[in-house]
Amino acid sequence: MGTYVLRRLLQMIPVFFGATFLIFYLVLGMPGDPLASMCGERGCDPATAAALRAQFHIGEPLHIQYFEYMKGILTLDFGETFSRRPVVDVMREAFPITLRLATVAFVIELCIGIPLGLLAGLRRGKLFDNSILLATLVIISIPIFVVGFTMQYFFGIQLGWFRPTVSGEAPWNELLLPGIVLASVSLAYIMRLTRTSVVENTHADYVRTAVAKGLPRRRVVTVHLLRNSMIPVVTYLGADLGALMGGAIVTERIFNIHGVGGTLFQAITRGEAPTVVSFVTILVIIYLFANLLVDLLYAVLDPRIRYA
Amino acid sequence: MPEPSPSIIPSDDIAVAALDVGGPGDPGAGGKPRSLWSDAWHDLRRNPMFLVSALLILLLVVVAIFPSLFTGTDPTFCDLANGEGGPAPGHPFGFDRQGCDIYSRVIYGARASVAVGILVTTGVVVIGGLIGALAAFYGGKVDSLLSRLVDVFFAIPLLLGAIVFLQAFPFRNIWTVVAAIMLLGWPQMSRIMRGSVISVKESDFVTAARALGASDMRILTRHILPNAIAPVIVVATISLGLFIVLEATLSFLGIGLPPSTVSWGGDISKAQTSLRSAPHVLLYPSVALSITVLAFMLLGDAVRDALDPKLR
Repeated sequence: MGTYVLRRLLQMIPVFFGATFLIFYLVLGMPGDPLASMCGERGCDPATAAALRAQFHIGEPLHIQYFEYMKGILTLDFGETFSRRPVVDVMREAFPITLRLATVAFVIELCIGIPLGLLAGLRRGKLFDNSILLATLVIISIPIFVVGFTMQYFFGIQLGWFRPTVSGEAPWNELLLPGIVLASVSLAYIMRLTRTSVVENTHADYVRTAVAKGLPRRRVVTVHLLRNSMIPVVTYLGADLGALMGGAIVTERIFNIHGVGGTLFQAITRGEAPTVVSFVTILVIIYLFANLLVDLLYAVLDPRIRYA
Repeated sequence: MPEPSPSIIPSDDIAVAALDVGGPGDPGAGGKPRSLWSDAWHDLRRNPMFLVSALLILLLVVVAIFPSLFTGTDPTFCDLANGEGGPAPGHPFGFDRQGCDIYSRVIYGARASVAVGILVTTGVVVIGGLIGALAAFYGGKVDSLLSRLVDVFFAIPLLLGAIVFLQAFPFRNIWTVVAAIMLLGWPQMSRIMRGSVISVKESDFVTAARALGASDMRILTRHILPNAIAPVIVVATISLGLFIVLEATLSFLGIGLPPSTVSWGGDISKAQTSLRSAPHVLLYPSVALSITVLAFMLLGDAVRDALDPKLR
């Protein structure tokens, strides 16, 4: 187990540097003067331009720029935004908001997706199963911004159940509607995954054994069938966690939430390289560790899996 | 998926990677041996879900190629006097905020979505498929190297990477959008192709071909690929729909197709401002987009069911 984790951690290193270099290249290494896109049409004022040139070692070869910048990041010096604010401060504001939003979405996905998927799987081919399959396909097909607008319009404006936009501090109750919107597509995938997995495992030997032992149906379904069916779902949830943290760009824009997605999108369109690279670096780390966690969870779910 | 960062297609769809692509020889219903493909075709022709989605896609492609067959109205001719107007004779869907005919914009908008979807899907299947197949076929160091490369591109959320990529260009057109989605879309195909080729390459018919002295190239293209491509085709069909959503999302964020291009994503984005006063402006392009995506998803589902022997 220890060796396995160590090996996985070592494998993460090249992926981490590769992914951050890729983003670094896209933001700063594309042909043309990187400062041109950073400062918009009017151009930077000389002081800012000089500071940026120094901060990114512009003019030197790209790999040197990258290593200098990474050296800063590894010592937790993330640089400054255009308004001379430390990027760390921006992160400290944005990440808790997105973490709350992602938690709301994640809880909705788990509490609704898995039970409904399980029910559909147990009733394979019945009306309930077919309606779930169709409903999930429809949800996946509707773009999230259409879902967002429509829900914002009906529940926020017409019915007045929720605040249509989220205030600056983004308290939990205001994040409920955006959370539902953010969860919708993943929810549909989780239902389908759970259903498929349950259907596949219904005829497994261990389920037959459990039934033959005379266990109550409730126990067979929850302890034996569901637990063993969770592996593909957990895989998806792990990838989803990373995506929820960084992928809320559209939802945060619709509901005017100043979380990671909203801040990141603004920074990208302004060409604010320090913010973009720092945020993406954190997101890549979250993604890598979420995946490691998922792989370790496999052994918890299926005792047959052991790590050498 | 999270947001349409359709970066991940859950293994609901990937499950097909494990399907038995044992090649020809499965006795069909008539007692005559039929290949996996003719067997699948036999099933598909009887599947109403396949017929409906295939017809829809056919119609969509015709609309995308010959929009003028379906409407005589110019989608870029707008009269502010008609702004947000309801249905009128010759204008069944009414008018948007600028007074453009919504029906003709929906018809002409199909081209951008279909073009992006098909170009991106072709690109990621070729690039991802090639890399995945090479990694699986050669194994060892080649595999480790290529698999780490896939991991690197996989670690960046699809939507995020596409936005950063597009922002690096001073201009926007359909090709930059296609390139942006392809850049981070191929690893998915690569992983599926790799898994599929690994499951096929130890088959007896590959050993037989090698014993007969076939070259690596011939074994890969004539023996392995035809038997390993099925899961890739299924995922590619489903992804095509997701790529269309992604293009619309980028246009919605204002960094996708240029505003001069008639596209569903752009029209939906513009409809935000009319949402309270004229919801129909948002309705029609959204419905067109959703039906298109749904058609590709249903097609992918139907093809998977037909190719998956476990469900027979």
